[in-house]
Amino acid sequence: MILDGKCPTGPIETSWDRHRFESKLVNPSNKRKYKVLCVGTGLAGGAAAASLGELGYQVEAFCYQDSARRAHSIAAQGGINAAKNYPNDGDSVYRLFYDTIKGGDFRAREADVWRLAQVSNNIIDQCVAQGVPFARDYAGYLDNRSFGGAQVSRTFYARGQTGQQLLLGAYSALSRQVKAGTVKLHERREMLDLVVVDGVAKGITCRNMVNGDIESHWGDAVILATGGYVNVFYLSTNAMGCSVTAAWKAARKGAYMANPCYTQIHPTCIPQHGDQQSKLTLMSESLRNDGRCWVPKKTEDCEKPAGEIADDDRDYYLERKYPSFGNLAPRDIASRAAKEQCDDERGVGPGKRGVYLDFADSIKRLSEDTIRERYGNLFEMYEKITDENAYKQPMRIYPAPHYSMGGLWVDYNCMSNVPGLFVLGEANFSVHGANRLGASALMQGLADGYFVIPYTIANYLVTVKPGEVKADHEAFKASADAVKADIDKLLSINGTKTPSEFHRELGKIMWEKVGMARSDESLKEALKLIPALRDEFWKNVKVVGTNEQFNQELENAGRLADFFEFAEILAKDALNREESCGGHFRTEHQTNDGEAMRNDEDFCYVAAWEFKGAGVEPELHKEPLKFDNVKLAVRSYK
Amino acid sequence: MKLKLHVWRQNGPNDQGKLETIDAPSVSPDQSFLEMLDDVNQTLALEGKDVIAFDHDCREGICGMCSQVINGVPHGGQDRTTVCQLHMRKFKDGDEIFIEPWKARAFPVIKDLVVDRNGLEKIMQAGGYTSCHTGGVADGNALPIGKPVADYSMDAAECIGCGACVASCPNSSAMLYTGAKVAQLAVLPQGKIEAAKRVMAMTEAAKENGFGNCSNHYECQASCPKGVDVKFISKLNREYMKALVK
Repeated sequence: MILDGKCPTGPIETSWDRHRFESKLVNPSNKRKYKVLCVGTGLAGGAAAASLGELGYQVEAFCYQDSARRAHSIAAQGGINAAKNYPNDGDSVYRLFYDTIKGGDFRAREADVWRLAQVSNNIIDQCVAQGVPFARDYAGYLDNRSFGGAQVSRTFYARGQTGQQLLLGAYSALSRQVKAGTVKLHERREMLDLVVVDGVAKGITCRNMVNGDIESHWGDAVILATGGYVNVFYLSTNAMGCSVTAAWKAARKGAYMANPCYTQIHPTCIPQHGDQQSKLTLMSESLRNDGRCWVPKKTEDCEKPAGEIADDDRDYYLERKYPSFGNLAPRDIASRAAKEQCDDERGVGPGKRGVYLDFADSIKRLSEDTIRERYGNLFEMYEKITDENAYKQPMRIYPAPHYSMGGLWVDYNCMSNVPGLFVLGEANFSVHGANRLGASALMQGLADGYFVIPYTIANYLVTVKPGEVKADHEAFKASADAVKADIDKLLSINGTKTPSEFHRELGKIMWEKVGMARSDESLKEALKLIPALRDEFWKNVKVVGTNEQFNQELENAGRLADFFEFAEILAKDALNREESCGGHFRTEHQTNDGEAMRNDEDFCYVAAWEFKGAGVEPELHKEPLKFDNVKLAVRSYK
Repeated sequence: MKLKLHVWRQNGPNDQGKLETIDAPSVSPDQSFLEMLDDVNQTLALEGKDVIAFDHDCREGICGMCSQVINGVPHGGQDRTTVCQLHMRKFKDGDEIFIEPWKARAFPVIKDLVVDRNGLEKIMQAGGYTSCHTGGVADGNALPIGKPVADYSMDAAECIGCGACVASCPNSSAMLYTGAKVAQLAVLPQGKIEAAKRVMAMTEAAKENGFGNCSNHYECQASCPKGVDVKFISKLNREYMKALVK
């Protein structure tokens, strides 16, 4: 099937304004009759729940943490982009749009990206009004820094914890609505099914993680803002609880999963230290403003302390390969370059999987105090984990799974192919194409939540009768029964391996065969190994405890079961996409100097997969991508 | 390293609860404290025993989910460190470690080391915001805010809402948590307008939800993983006095 994103036609500059005008409205006194469920309370979900509550809808918000403030948006460090052009350095809505399309390697929809760039400025204003303490200069004006893939400074920040401050802003708006009675919060709940009635999303089934109750919640629309899926690699920079579960439950009910093979491997993470490690920690991309990436030129120097290697014997490989963007090359490019150096046996540190990120020149130029003021908390975090002082010796970094550009397929209104199911933020596939630029995730989450969904959801709600289907509908009972049956099954296997052992094994397959570099051969191997491990999981997993208690082993097992089904689709998508673009690198498709080689003739489309059951061939639906405003070109950062 | 753990086990808020001794026979100094507990739990799970329940999520010290009292000190007593950022190299072979949940009347135990911190939510809902709605706000640069003020506000906004301040306080006071939010917003022009109403509502909510008052022990600052300063409690008190005479 050919999918239609329902993007507005005509001049792109006015596309969003025209769409807003043409969208239907729900009259203020009718809004309170509609109930909207919002799963996830990060930047996208928190902002959406708060904004819809303000408009007068009845909103119920759900999160698996004990507080809405703990969603993983909180861990974003570096900043948020906006086309304010405060520094007078040539930025504009068009340039942000252009950089994002190009950064995504021409695999995103133009109209969606234009809207994102357009509303980016409103986000900054909104956050300032909420009391978000952005960095300011001595005159009291907002300060900017640079991020990868851009030659202007358009990134707003709050020390090294911009995500935290923006999320606390959204959380404060949400708290205000809870007090006002328009939003009801359900913490420590995990969504375990989407309830679909006659093809339309009408509610969710979730598990109360404290006492195991299986709860039915009805809504006239369901919003998923449930983040990304890179924990499929086991080790990633995501929080331990991040999973594909909510999105995957929707996929099992008919929602299409788009471009799952677009995964972002972030170039600057602390290298893995051992087999017992549970997660990887990101070091913000903003560090590349002042840090220089290098490895020794000679393999024999790799064992030496960094300080003993003369400048001439160092290979500042990003500056060498990409002189015009240098250390601020986009993430996919910087990650592959780091891998290349290590594959070439010039990596440093334990296991030789690491490169240096060196601040010595900047400390000399600006002073240690300036560097401390800019990145103090990151240097501290680095020291806690590695026991090394990065003011005195260079940091060691290595790429790690960080973000998923792919996600549930949505149209221009952020509605999936299942009517009534909306998907926001990282959980959808819409704006980042095959590679996300730094500081754009926060922008997208808040854009979707504050400035997109409040307009587009009305267009759908006017077509449904409020409260037509409630939790007493038979579909809710069927869903709850199915959820209980799945839980009982997991608890009854009583095998010999724990969920986390299985997760490590799955992660190893994904990282080695479907990671930073993929080939026809490695993907076909993965497609044999994943189903085999999944079968073993369902025969041999050991989940202790019961459903009727606080049971983290059960939670992990359930999430892993979904990763097992999803992983196969991810690998299938990677196999299908016979080109390299952005974060998806197929070794068969590269230029002579090792850069990604796109195939626009055959693959300039969104691949949306319809799940048909575990082990059954999924069906591929395509949405062709058209570029009317940016010329399809080979991406160059040289 | 070989360690002996004494872990608080409690099956629900009404259970009596007790310390259970569990061996951790092979701990690597590079592991984080939570990774050490993961290992212990793996062994328990394979033996078919109930695993130790503990809250955790981001494991990079920012989400505020982890909450354990280690050897009597919330987060383990390392300077500005959450449990998830505490590493085993800070311990030595043969150590005995006592691991307990946050202890405060306002935080009933859910299971083992997991507590219910909903009282903190209630304080925030009472007034931890500016009452601006989405859209229709002024340009971000329309209100210049001096760097020292922005920095002060940011210092207060560092709070991760973990509740260590409450757990360390002999009165189970949430004054540092509350004061941080009050101060962050009170100094900003966009937050000043509602400052009086906010401080009254938030302190009232703290009282209603079982948190005590401050009697200047400063244990909160000592145990705060973000180093939030007790000067924000003074600021809270000043704002409170200002509101009283209004």
